[in-house]
Amino acid sequence: MSATARPFPEAAHDALRDAQLRSNLFVATQTIRDKRNQVVGELSDWEELREAGRAIKADVLANLDRYLLQFEQAVADAGGQVHWAADAGEANQVVLDVARAHGVTELVKVKSLTTDEIGLNAALEAGGVSAIETDLAELILQLGGDWSSHILVPAIHRNRTEIRDIFRATIADDALSDDPGELAEASRTYLRERFLTARMAVSGANFGVAETGTVCVVESEGNGRMCTTLPPVLVTILGIEKLIPSFADLEVFLQLLPRSSTGERMNPYTSLWTGVNAADGPQEFHVVLLDAGRTNALADTVGRQALHCIRCSACLNVCPVYSRTGGQAYGSIYPGPIGAILTPLLYGVEHAPTLPFASSLCGACYEVCPVKIDIPSVLLHLRAKAVESAGKPSLTMAAAGWLFGGRRRFAAAQRLGRLAQRPLIRAGKIRRLPPPLDAWTRTRDLRPLAGESFREWWERRG
Amino acid sequence: MSGSRELILERVRRALADAPLAPESPRDYRRAGTLSPVARTELFYERVCDYRAEARRVRAGELPVAITEVFAARGAQRVCVPNDIASEWRVDGVNFVDDEELSWEELDHIDGVLTGCTLAIAETGTIVLSAGAGEGRRAITLIPDLHVCVIEERQIVETVPEAMTLLTELGAQRRPLTFISGPSATSDIELNRVEGVHGPRNLVVLIEESA
Ligand code: SF4
Repeated sequence: MSATARPFPEAAHDALRDAQLRSNLFVATQTIRDKRNQVVGELSDWEELREAGRAIKADVLANLDRYLLQFEQAVADAGGQVHWAADAGEANQVVLDVARAHGVTELVKVKSLTTDEIGLNAALEAGGVSAIETDLAELILQLGGDWSSHILVPAIHRNRTEIRDIFRATIADDALSDDPGELAEASRTYLRERFLTARMAVSGANFGVAETGTVCVVESEGNGRMCTTLPPVLVTILGIEKLIPSFADLEVFLQLLPRSSTGERMNPYTSLWTGVNAADGPQEFHVVLLDAGRTNALADTVGRQALHCIRCSACLNVCPVYSRTGGQAYGSIYPGPIGAILTPLLYGVEHAPTLPFASSLCGACYEVCPVKIDIPSVLLHLRAKAVESAGKPSLTMAAAGWLFGGRRRFAAAQRLGRLAQRPLIRAGKIRRLPPPLDAWTRTRDLRPLAGESFREWWERRG
Repeated sequence: MSGSRELILERVRRALADAPLAPESPRDYRRAGTLSPVARTELFYERVCDYRAEARRVRAGELPVAITEVFAARGAQRVCVPNDIASEWRVDGVNFVDDEELSWEELDHIDGVLTGCTLAIAETGTIVLSAGAGEGRRAITLIPDLHVCVIEERQIVETVPEAMTLLTELGAQRRPLTFISGPSATSDIELNRVEGVHGPRNLVVLIEESA
């Protein structure tokens, strides 16, 4: 698949025009951010948990070959089957082969960024197997034929009336109102029959435990439980970076993830299973260990920390660029600050040269990241790489043009300038300033910079 | 793909050619809680209610009355139970259906389910099922729309690390585990929280005080 559909500046332009998207996103990011701050504030040891999370993930990456083999053995010992997929095509083929072996033409699927990333649904469709998305938001997107705008609330750009219309046109009749409870009920009714009769399910996973071969899915709606419990055959796609060393390590991540993600002390449902259990759950279990660019990211000594990411989406909610443009502008499965580094790291910076510029370097993402990924530093590192590899200033100028094109954005950028110098000074490797950074410095000359930080300003403004 | 296994491992090793160090992970976070048993139960109760689940504190010995009331209040007549449930929980007036490999279809037509649990976490208001005694297989607490879960006060721990340690001590790591914190919910429509999408829409937690 192509890493990015359109250059970020162009797509962002369209998104900025869409008033509905903008106001929905603003409310969404603000609400989740407030909830997150509140529940994080309850824990006196949040910083210690973050440090443990970071260190555990660093250990996983440093010893990834050993942990992969340990996980493989543990899953096999528990009666599961392990497959290795070097790229998206191989992973999709495994799922298709399993479906064909069982004569399955329709399967249920629990939302997963990883399966979106590899384009699983389209590959299955081409192979004659239809995949039914079972998350409410994913269902809305699937039925409405569009793209996710947020990792956590992918259909946040659709309001209730639009959702009602999509449902009326597809799974419900004209009596359906736009009451959220009624809309949820409509999806429950539509999907229940499919859960109860499905012969195969596909899921992603949040964690894989090397020590025990245990797989962990964290969710809210219960569709994850349905998919991983009821159908007799289950295939789980697991990015190789999702491993954690031991069962006990879950005590760190099961605290970090829900609080950072939905701003809850714990998400409604967390499912853990190990291989096949004769009395409970699927009697055939496959796990696909997916590379698809992860080893590219691993080879980048600065960028590899992006693989710590537990996909909580906290960095999206605090990002001033993201909360204005929405996820679709990034043209990638992984939007926001993490997407701006992960996408070029996975696919090569030459395939997503504008993404590392889709940031103001304000540092808010680093502050909230539960596994302490230093996103600003990785962004700068990738900017340097992008400039090197492209040799085409037009691309980077496009990013600068977007940022400085509008009056309001220009004003915001002026305030950003003060902060931008900090990472610039740290980035010792960049000798010649690439155009957008040059633009930052130009802004600085226009007006003395305010003493207030961007974060302070942003916080006050919101 | 067998070739891919070698290929990926080889790519990983090549990517790690700089031999990054990974010192022992620091674990300076809180492990054990500090609350008294009474305060711990109180916290669990509050946190469960916070998730809009119904929680009730039940005096020792009054559990059968509470069970009767909960099902009666909801008009639940046919209630699924794991075969090995405590006999005193099988109160009169409810038609208990033992889970003898009930089909999904049969479970879909049942009014509710009654189970115990392995432990509960006060700080997060979570109950943990591990397919242990009185808990049954995962499907029975998933398909019916009402889940009534009994928890004895002594099963409540304060922190998440305490829960994971206890699960390890019980040898439950490899058993199917479900952590439940409130009823199923979604916020996918304009961020409105809607209870109950696919899991049970009603969760009732009965906290039995220790004698
Ligand atoms: S980069 Fe950090 S904050 Fe952003 S989604 Fe990943 S884990 Fe969460």
